[in-house]
Amino acid sequence: MTVLRPHAEDQYAEELAVLAKDDDRPRPPGWKLSPWAVTTYILGDGERVTPKYVGARRIVEVAVATLATDRALLLLGVPGTAKTWLSEHLAAAISGDSTLLVQGTAGTAEEAVRYGWNYARLLAEGPSVEAMTPSPVMRAMAEGRVARVEELTRMPSDVQDALITVLSEKTLPIPELNREVQAERGFNVIATANDRDRGVNELSSALRRRFNTVVLPVPATAEEEVDIVSRRVTQLGRSLELPETSTGLAEIRRVVTVFRELRAGVTEDGRTKLKSPSGTLSTAEAISVLTSGIALAAHFGDGVLRPADVAAGIVGAVVQEPVSDRVVWREYLETVVRERSGWRDFYRACREVS
Amino acid sequence: MSVVSVLGVRHHGPGSARAVQAELERLRPDVILIEGPPEADELVALAPELEPPVALLAHVPGEAAKAAFWPFAGFSPEWQAILYGVRAGIPVRFCDLPAAHSLADQGPAAAGPKDDGDPATAPDGDAAPGPGPGSGPGDDAAPEPPADLMRVDPIGTLAQAAGYDDPERWWEDVVEHRGDTPFEVIAEAMAAVREGHEPDEREARREAYMRRTLRAALKQGHERVAVVCGAWHVPALSAPLPPAKADDALLRGLPKVKAQLTWVPWTYGRLAWWSGYGAGIASPGWYHHLFTAKDRPVERWLAEAAAVLRDEGLPVSSAHVIESVRLAHSLATLRGRPLAGLGEVTEAARAVLCEGDDLAVELIQRRMVVGDRLGHVSDGTPMVPLQRDLRDQQRRLKLKPEALDRELGLDLRKPLDLERSHLLHRLLLLDVGWGALGQARGKGTFRETWRLQWRPEFDLALIEAAALGVTVASAAAQRARDLAAAPSVTLADLTGLVERCLLADLPQALPEVLSALSAKAALDTDVTHLMAALPAMVRAHRYGDVRGTSAQGLAVIVRSMLDRICVGLPVAVTGLDDEAASALLGGVDGVHAAVALMSEDTGGPDTAESAPQASPRGRWLVTLRGISDRPDLHGLIEGRLTRILLDAGELDGAGDSAGDRMSRAMSRGHAPTRAASWIEGFLGGGGLLLVHDPRLLGLMDAWLTGLSGEQFVDVLPLLRRTFGGFAAPERRAIGERVRSADRAERTADRGVDERRAAAAAQTVLTILGRARG
Repeated sequence: MTVLRPHAEDQYAEELAVLAKDDDRPRPPGWKLSPWAVTTYILGDGERVTPKYVGARRIVEVAVATLATDRALLLLGVPGTAKTWLSEHLAAAISGDSTLLVQGTAGTAEEAVRYGWNYARLLAEGPSVEAMTPSPVMRAMAEGRVARVEELTRMPSDVQDALITVLSEKTLPIPELNREVQAERGFNVIATANDRDRGVNELSSALRRRFNTVVLPVPATAEEEVDIVSRRVTQLGRSLELPETSTGLAEIRRVVTVFRELRAGVTEDGRTKLKSPSGTLSTAEAISVLTSGIALAAHFGDGVLRPADVAAGIVGAVVQEPVSDRVVWREYLETVVRERSGWRDFYRACREVS
Repeated sequence: MSVVSVLGVRHHGPGSARAVQAELERLRPDVILIEGPPEADELVALAPELEPPVALLAHVPGEAAKAAFWPFAGFSPEWQAILYGVRAGIPVRFCDLPAAHSLADQGPAAAGPKDDGDPATAPDGDAAPGPGPGSGPGDDAAPEPPADLMRVDPIGTLAQAAGYDDPERWWEDVVEHRGDTPFEVIAEAMAAVREGHEPDEREARREAYMRRTLRAALKQGHERVAVVCGAWHVPALSAPLPPAKADDALLRGLPKVKAQLTWVPWTYGRLAWWSGYGAGIASPGWYHHLFTAKDRPVERWLAEAAAVLRDEGLPVSSAHVIESVRLAHSLATLRGRPLAGLGEVTEAARAVLCEGDDLAVELIQRRMVVGDRLGHVSDGTPMVPLQRDLRDQQRRLKLKPEALDRELGLDLRKPLDLERSHLLHRLLLLDVGWGALGQARGKGTFRETWRLQWRPEFDLALIEAAALGVTVASAAAQRARDLAAAPSVTLADLTGLVERCLLADLPQALPEVLSALSAKAALDTDVTHLMAALPAMVRAHRYGDVRGTSAQGLAVIVRSMLDRICVGLPVAVTGLDDEAASALLGGVDGVHAAVALMSEDTGGPDTAESAPQASPRGRWLVTLRGISDRPDLHGLIEGRLTRILLDAGELDGAGDSAGDRMSRAMSRGHAPTRAASWIEGFLGGGGLLLVHDPRLLGLMDAWLTGLSGEQFVDVLPLLRRTFGGFAAPERRAIGERVRSADRAERTADRGVDERRAAAAAQTVLTILGRARG
């Protein structure tokens, strides 16, 4: 395989085949696997099937049960909580096809959800089925597969609402041809949305109530997150071909601690409550703070990641909104960082940049 | 031939309760024996007048720490058996080991410190003498349940082993749909579970006593005996009974105390966390629902949840409810369970009704899963230990409860009076307003004046509070903790609560209250709230120091509050109108006064910072100084900040003296009204400064005389307000200064008539304590 990143159903084809072979439980119409097997595929079984999503079992169970009741599934969460990853694997396991994808952006047009026209043929032959270019959603309906909509709340509201008929009537009318596409059994929609985007293009309540909502949490423990961050930082550093720097686990742990504490609004020891800033402070941002810190240390420093290298990045990540976030950050600095033993150099570095 | 039916139940299991109801109707017994303390036999008659949840409270008069509770909810099988017995007019007896023995057995170790705040020291978890609440095992329960959990809640454990996280649904699903009566199934299962089990001494005694009561009932000639007890005990009570001799030997020579029993009101919240027997039931509200719902519990529950959410203004349609029911059912199928349980309906409510919103889920959890039902007891209920403890203390402290209003002055330096004050403050926390604190706080902090009047409803309040603790102190401490944990509590409430805890001498409640306070202070975005709260906290801290009450942690909180104020104040002073400015001014003054009271040693561990940063006063003044240089301040604030800095001796740099600042504030660049409000802030409360500093007076004079007529009229009301607040002699002195400044004369040159002044001087010296001869 020469592609940079194979689809889930190709990469894990063996595991899917093994599961399908042993799967003797009833399958909902149009499903390649039974709901039990889908859950096993996502969470792994400890031997032949690797875990795709590490997290609470109940989340995956609710997601699979939702799709089995032919309700659409909305995965909510801050960036970097594996929403897209989970939706891709769910689609791969249920339909054997994770490619029916609509990416939501501010510029997504209604054609991406309904259908468009091949204008050359439209002009030459007039409206006909052949002159139509079906959207991924339309194809999913016709073939009884799972369609994926990424970043649903980034789409303009009128485009979002094109989904309402699809989800409630399970049909897509084509008035130009005086016909319609009715969804085959097995059709469903998995949408992902960033819950920090709330209020950008808020889902209309009509659309909202056609989805079951599953909120994906941030990593549960500091250890888990430190693990994710340090692994990604190493990978990124290698792919960006940064000069070798000695990155102490202590510095990573500190950045993760700062992010987790501000995100949760409480210190790790659970003693002190904090205000949370307006930014997301996702795991992904912690990774980028560390990567840029490493770049600083490598090119301008002595090759060792020091508090001063990450301080500016952290302040930039925390203070998104100049007035209120600055107060939050100063409070955190003065009430938490200042007191903590071993954090004095970090405190000074932060004082300097803020 | 008499028939004995042993009904093995799950304590607080609604399924068991319903089965007991049906079984009793079918059996029509002529006596019912229930697991519980036999001293409570006479109390059974009161049951129909009570409103569950209630608890049987056993206590030893005079030994406050020896107490045990047997809670009953409407869905407890024991409660249903009691109700049936009273309704049918047949004797209902408790058959467990008497509380007289079980309480005596606790020994000194279990009794613990007298005021440990624990409402009762319950008997050992593995051998609960009464209906131990069934456990609601979570998903994280160990695969192999420990043996004692098995003993407390064998049915729950069996359900868990069968893959159910909701034992009640297992009961319904597995037990009820087999055979004529579920109790045969239970008896069989328990016989298998107990195969080879050797009861420990305590358990053996309890079961021996149960058998003894059973034999006695048979001897009295009862034909049909029904025994309602925890499923675990079924095999021990089933026929054929072992010879009575062995049981008598077991029960001989047990230690004994004088125990008294009564009913006290209970709450669902308490059922949920009450852990005297190990595990509490996590979901009394859900059990209540399972017991009361006629049919289709899942549908009814979700519809009710929708109603709860609608009450809070969340849009939830019937379509939501339909979809959530579908999801609950398909989740149950996915998990391989024939019926949806609490776990499934909660997930369904989260995903559909609440649209993933955790706050809404919590609301359902609080209102429905736990529930806020409060029980009531009737008038005839015997006295609770709390009342008894109060009576003892009244006798000891020589305070009689009298319906007549009378005044009581306390000198807190005397130990007796101090204890009286503590008692009255504690009672106030329990909503027993026996004493009302009078006004006489002015002269010295060691005096208190109370108006005492005992009203009959206070007894009721004490009964209501009985579940909180068995002594006034422990109950008051528990109430303080509950108040601090209430979700709607405000910062001001909490600071007040800290003061009340200190006044009532309840150090055991302080950690919880203080942590709630620090959490609240951290999340409060309005710095004025913090500023309003700080003075009270500093006072409380000093008070604690003076009295030797340990208010540990208060210093840390006070300091972090000041830190937050220092960080937040610069943002809070911008864009204020007159009203907000004068409100903030009050806050600044309060904090300033409080900071002066803060001892320097609260400065924290670090000394690496530069010196003025380290002390609270230093940090505060640095903050004020930083603010005072800003150009966009309200005049009032800037004036007052200048004054504070001047008084603190901070203004001595070149170009930064009070005169320079005033000169800037009075200059033409500012509107006259702003200058006037600057003066108001600067001089607020006293004009002596003008008398003593001719330069400041001159500046003001020049500014005032330089105003045009129209401007003068504009600022006149403000100036009038400022100067009107001064004492008359001050005003006169200022006036004289102005006049003398005009004449360029030195008033000090005027001769003093030493002879006429001598008397006054002598008096002043006497007051100052420097009188000679």
